[in-house]
Amino acid sequence: MPSKPLWAMSENPMEHKQLTISDIETLYDQLADALDHIEEGKRELFLVKLALLSAQALGDAEQFLALTRTALLDL
Amino acid sequence: MHTPLAEPRRSIYFDYQVFPAHTASVNAQVQHHPVVIVGAGPIGLTTALDLARYGIPSIVLEAERQVSEGSRAIVFTRRSLEILQQVGISERVTSAGLPWRFGNSYYRNQRVFRMEAPHDPDDRFAPMTNLQQPCLEQFLVDACHANPMIELRWGNRVKALAQAEDRATLEVDTPAGEYTLQASWVVAADGARSAIRTLLGLQLEGASYEGRFVIADIKIDLDLPTERLAYFDPHWNPGNTVLMHREPGNIWRIDYQLARGETPEQALSADSLRERINAQLGIVGVANPQWELDWCSVYSARALTLSDYLHTRVIFTGDAAHLLPIFGVRGANTGFQDCHGLGWKLALTLKGIAGPGLLASYSAERVGAAREIIAEAGKSTRFMTPPSAGYRLLRDAVLSLSLTQAFVRPLYHWRTSRPHDYVDSALNCKHDDNSRFNCGPHQGAPLLNVRLGDDQFLFDRLGASFCLLYFTDAIEVPSDIQAQAQSLRDQGVPLQLLAVVGNRQGEVRGADGVIDDPGGHLRNKYGASAGGAYLMRPDQHVCARWHHLNGQALRDAVETALGNE
Repeated sequence: MPSKPLWAMSENPMEHKQLTISDIETLYDQLADALDHIEEGKRELFLVKLALLSAQALGDAEQFLALTRTALLDL
Repeated sequence: MHTPLAEPRRSIYFDYQVFPAHTASVNAQVQHHPVVIVGAGPIGLTTALDLARYGIPSIVLEAERQVSEGSRAIVFTRRSLEILQQVGISERVTSAGLPWRFGNSYYRNQRVFRMEAPHDPDDRFAPMTNLQQPCLEQFLVDACHANPMIELRWGNRVKALAQAEDRATLEVDTPAGEYTLQASWVVAADGARSAIRTLLGLQLEGASYEGRFVIADIKIDLDLPTERLAYFDPHWNPGNTVLMHREPGNIWRIDYQLARGETPEQALSADSLRERINAQLGIVGVANPQWELDWCSVYSARALTLSDYLHTRVIFTGDAAHLLPIFGVRGANTGFQDCHGLGWKLALTLKGIAGPGLLASYSAERVGAAREIIAEAGKSTRFMTPPSAGYRLLRDAVLSLSLTQAFVRPLYHWRTSRPHDYVDSALNCKHDDNSRFNCGPHQGAPLLNVRLGDDQFLFDRLGASFCLLYFTDAIEVPSDIQAQAQSLRDQGVPLQLLAVVGNRQGEVRGADGVIDDPGGHLRNKYGASAGGAYLMRPDQHVCARWHHLNGQALRDAVETALGNE
């Protein structure tokens, strides 16, 4: 049985594909694993590449900037 | 006592000629001149030639006794060639230079970006032409020496400058002593280290970048086309950028970034140069390179401008007014646009034809252009030489992604120098039909060239004047337009009226010339219909266009373009 989508909890659900809890769990593990297998000193590069690829997939510069601001919170 | 180098500079490809220093003014009576130009580089000399087209004589003071050292600017844009055509040297430049339009960026031995600069059949000149600056300067010097309106004074260094409301007084040092001269206007075209800028205590605003480059010109026979080559993060220079350009005479320009912490002296040592240039030549496939060094120096990118180019009686132009990064060939190419914008405005001001706003518009238009260029140049400079850890990470991420991801590749584009549009100029007409045109060059933009026949182009027909392109199939220009054109000429306004006809009639009464446009190509490209017109300033920028022109509208537009508003 599929888990409840995260976005379903929002009052203003966005009109795109939504990640399930199990999706999040999977990519959590995969991202951690990828970071562990990257040689020292290349992790930042990898994460920036991932950010740019995600921005391209998102196709929305404004939303990406909003996400950048969110990621800056509580560092 | 000023003692400029009296020995010819050394060069593999250029025979330097040392000119006699001008000393006749020492101990002579103080002379007053309408215009004194300081600096005989490309911009100073072009300014002198441009002024001479309007009958304005000038004195050009040059501290050295020969043209500039080393190969500085090497890439000249189409717009620069169009300007050089106006001052009469474009044919020498195109016959000596190498035309090109492609650029390539490489990362990890893969070509990740190819720039193709468009070449319209309507253009006479290639998007870019490579020629060493000393060669270009020589052509300009020859033209100035042949022009009775221009007096080129070699070996004359300005050491002091005083200004009054209506004139500037210059103290000039020569190998035989000093003399004083006065000018109604001084044009400061004395380059990046402008003595005039220093004498006036003016500060440039903007940014300097940390990245430093070795620039080396070498002679080597390489079987490669004339295209721009950019190598990112090559194995021999990790994290840094290398550029290569072909110059005439089997000379190659190699620019490469210095390693962090390396001093210019270390980078320019013979061993260091040999090792690195050989490594780069290895990348382009040369196993045992045989080459000879012509010239080398260290350069750092800066993006700076004065906030005003007009200081009482001193007018700044070219590198004296701004310092722009090399990426995108913006130095000399911006300077040519500066001085071509200045020439007609200064000439008409001296003739008493200009309104009070004309010279001020030079500063407004060109400072605006410099700021726009600085914003654009900053982008490519931040990509070529990332100024901080964040910029470096982003740049490196783009390099890495570019091997497989097309969407990041346009970031390699270095935003080549382009003609500036004076969209917001005070000289543009406020009551024409500009916004009602669907195509053609808009207000503020330079006129678009059009092929008129075999080796004949629209720009060939333009001269040192306003030009009205009047589209018609009638046998005569309407009398009210003729009358206003004549009245403007009687005032001293240089105005050329060219009738563009589609019906092969050889003559149109009231027009100074006819452009035969039987296929309607020019008319269509300009979105014009019969009775419509384009008004072009003497620097070829459009200042008004109409679907239906009348005489009063022409007069109003010319008055506005003369700085009367």
